[in-house]
Amino acid sequence: MITTTHYLVLSLILFTLGVVGLMVRRNFITVLMCIELMLNAANLNFIAFSRQLGDLTGQVFAVFVITIAAAEAAIGLGIIVALVRLKQTTDLDRVNVMEG
Amino acid sequence: MSWFLVHFAQLVFYVMASCVIAGAVGVIAFRSPVHAALSLLASFLGVAGLFVLLEAEFLAAVQVLVYAGGVMVLFLFVIMLVKARAIPREPQYVNRLVPAAVGLGVVLALLLGAGMWASVTGAPADAAALQRVAGAQLGNTEAVGWSLYRDYLLPFEVVSIVLLVAMIGAIVLGRKEPGKEGRA
Amino acid sequence: MKDLLWLIPLLPLLGAAVNGLVGNRRGWSKHATSGVALTASGLALLAALGAIADWAATVGTHAAHVDRVFTWIPAGFGHTTGGLLANLSVDFSLRIDALSAVMLFFVTFVGFLIHIYSVGYMHGEEERPYARYFAYLNLFMFAMLTLVLGANLAVLFVGWEGVGLCSYLLIGFYFEKDWCAAAGKKAFLVNRIGDFGFILAIFWTVKVFGTVDFGALEGAIAADPARFAAAATPIALLLFVGAVGKSAQLPLYVWLPDAMAGPTPVSALIHAATMVTAGVYMVVRTNFIFRLSPTAMLVVAAVGGVTAFFAATIGLAQNDIKKVLAYSTVSQLGYMFLATGAGAFAGGIFHVFTHAFFKACLFLGAGSVIHACSGEQDMRKMGGLAKKIPVTYWTFLVATLALSGIPPFAGFFSKDEILGRVFAAGAGNLNGFGVSYLVLWVLGVAGAFLTAFYMFRAVYMTFHGEFRGGHEAEHHLHESPPSMIWPLRILAGGSVVVGLLGVGKAITFGSDLNWFEGFLHHVAPNVEVEHAPALGTEWALIVLSVAVAGAGIALARRFYFGPQAFAAPRRIAERVPSLYAAVANKYYVDEAYDRTVVRPLGKLAHFSWKGIDAIAIDGTLNASAFFTEIAGDLLRFLQTGNVRNYALFVLGGALAAAAWLLL
Repeated sequence: MITTTHYLVLSLILFTLGVVGLMVRRNFITVLMCIELMLNAANLNFIAFSRQLGDLTGQVFAVFVITIAAAEAAIGLGIIVALVRLKQTTDLDRVNVMEG
Repeated sequence: MSWFLVHFAQLVFYVMASCVIAGAVGVIAFRSPVHAALSLLASFLGVAGLFVLLEAEFLAAVQVLVYAGGVMVLFLFVIMLVKARAIPREPQYVNRLVPAAVGLGVVLALLLGAGMWASVTGAPADAAALQRVAGAQLGNTEAVGWSLYRDYLLPFEVVSIVLLVAMIGAIVLGRKEPGKEGRA
Repeated sequence: MKDLLWLIPLLPLLGAAVNGLVGNRRGWSKHATSGVALTASGLALLAALGAIADWAATVGTHAAHVDRVFTWIPAGFGHTTGGLLANLSVDFSLRIDALSAVMLFFVTFVGFLIHIYSVGYMHGEEERPYARYFAYLNLFMFAMLTLVLGANLAVLFVGWEGVGLCSYLLIGFYFEKDWCAAAGKKAFLVNRIGDFGFILAIFWTVKVFGTVDFGALEGAIAADPARFAAAATPIALLLFVGAVGKSAQLPLYVWLPDAMAGPTPVSALIHAATMVTAGVYMVVRTNFIFRLSPTAMLVVAAVGGVTAFFAATIGLAQNDIKKVLAYSTVSQLGYMFLATGAGAFAGGIFHVFTHAFFKACLFLGAGSVIHACSGEQDMRKMGGLAKKIPVTYWTFLVATLALSGIPPFAGFFSKDEILGRVFAAGAGNLNGFGVSYLVLWVLGVAGAFLTAFYMFRAVYMTFHGEFRGGHEAEHHLHESPPSMIWPLRILAGGSVVVGLLGVGKAITFGSDLNWFEGFLHHVAPNVEVEHAPALGTEWALIVLSVAVAGAGIALARRFYFGPQAFAAPRRIAERVPSLYAAVANKYYVDEAYDRTVVRPLGKLAHFSWKGIDAIAIDGTLNASAFFTEIAGDLLRFLQTGNVRNYALFVLGGALAAAAWLLL
């Protein structure tokens, strides 16, 4: 029997993987992908609770999250294009002109 | 055979879950961004399958269309656009951050898990509730539609504005600088 | 014409604007400048005469005509302390009645003459200072006319501050000289003390009456005098504080002698004829408040009487011709307050009126003398000028006789009226303060003696004997140009005749020919005592005051005329050097003020600057800036510019938030 808890554990694993990837990867494109992973984990969580509670609100919010994720991907990728044009790299470690 | 039928849902869950996790690990592990993107696609599709299992068919469709269809294509486009030499080669990881990241991630997961466990009490609700609109039993898509356009109209409109802004922002960011236009 | 009252102040304002904003910048020729200024003040004179004639013909001299120009402060309704619901809106309105008509006439008339005189007196200036001078002079006319015409305390206060500003600007006209600038500053600051009292009085009036309009105030008091009796004393005293500052009475008189640093026509116009009498005008204007308060009346009389005597004694030993006249002005202003304090409001204004003529004449005469002596003001270096500048001499002499109170010159009538009224107040036991008024009368008579003495001392020292100014200066002596001579002649003529407007009752053996008092009766009726002195007593008083003046003249002649001149005063100075030094140094009042007020304030200011501002406030600010900088220096290491580090911080923050929410 698959319970809600199963889904929650899966969502947690997915989220943690996203966090770890975000921290350890140097490639900006991959970092963006990791952010998508974290958003997916959040969506999974929403849907799991929607099922648990029998409430559609979770699904509606998941729609919003997907929308925001799409917007975020568009902007993030736009930044990457601009960054590559400026510095010829997507290596985050080489992007530190704002160092104080 | 009957065992297979009884445990079909469980089987699907584990297949999908391993697909999701394997995809996520792939995203982190693959050196080539194209491989990472394809791995991410696997993870997205796995999540879509789980949505079906959770009786959120509309979300599953959206997941496939938007993520697998839209976002993934966008990623691949950008990867093609960015010349290969721009992508960092060696090493791909920031090694000194790995232990900290893993540690912090696990702690965060434990904390969030504790919170979620506390929230889950009792048996799941009737799945039919997710297809009901004003007492009438309709499909999930129709139910979500009603909820979205009736109860959450204002957030919906706000989100559409956010999308518009993001679109304009992406255009502005992606545009070549005015001074260099002639050379392109 | 009476509905165009606003035109009267506006014309000089236009003149000031043209000369000050255009002529001064462009450096117009002196002819153009004086043309503009004379046209402005001349038209103001014509407009004033027209308005007075129109008002007298259509409204009648017993009534007031108020011309509401616009609503100035529409404050709406509010409750006064008396529980009245009043509309606290203040109009910019102008009022013409008997009192303002008198003031209006002599302000524009004397003002116009002094404008003419200035053309000759200032001809040595450069074009731009010349334009500046006439701009200020016209601006002063504007402010003074606003003051005189104002139909409520607020408009009056606008004019009041305006004349104060012009006074400051004109005293410091030669601002490149330090002592002139200092004199202007002193006048301004001392006047602030008085103005503070005045503005408090206005606030108090609004609080009690809910209006500042003269007509409304008078009506409210007439309707129910008992109700406002308690509030009248503080209001009247605060108003009088303003008057003391503006009219240079004890203890705030110190600015007026220093104000002689300005050009002499300015001294004549502002610091003798018009502005300094604004205090008297204001007290008479608000006489309905003052008459409610016997205490305030006595204070006014006492300050006036003591000042009249005190300033006269200082005048005895001054050697600067303008300083003599300045202390004389302080003294005469004291007489005016003495009169108003004794309830003789018309008498006070009458003295303002006559004083405007003869004191302006004296100052202009002094200016002519200074002009002749190439800028020398020390009477010890003059002498024997009568033959060299005869017109100046004769006009000066006439004005001096008027000031000394010799019949039939103007000062005789007004001063006699004042002393007679004060004696009557004392003998008739006005408000139960009879003895006080008698003492003040004695001071007034003594002051009259001193006045005659120091004025003739000035005449003898300046115009008689031998010239003591050196050969070169003597060669340079010359009579002034016509533009200076004619105002002198006109004012001297005025000094002779204007007294006839207010011939006292006793002089005409009881038949009432006092036109001036009757004219003002509806605006500022005198406070009558129950038992007026008998005719014989009044004649005795008249004879006494003339005799006292004659004695003063005789003594001055003995001391400062003929072969024995200066011998007697020198002997006195040698015998009682401390007394002579005290008088010559103006009783060390300036030094005392310097020690008790100015220097402590200076120290306080220095402490505020060095102690509070530089150390406490700046120190705190600098310290906080320093710590901010240190903190920034340390925190900037967090700003690595590396996105992933920021992500780490976000994660840490999320962790902390989750922990705080869940644990």
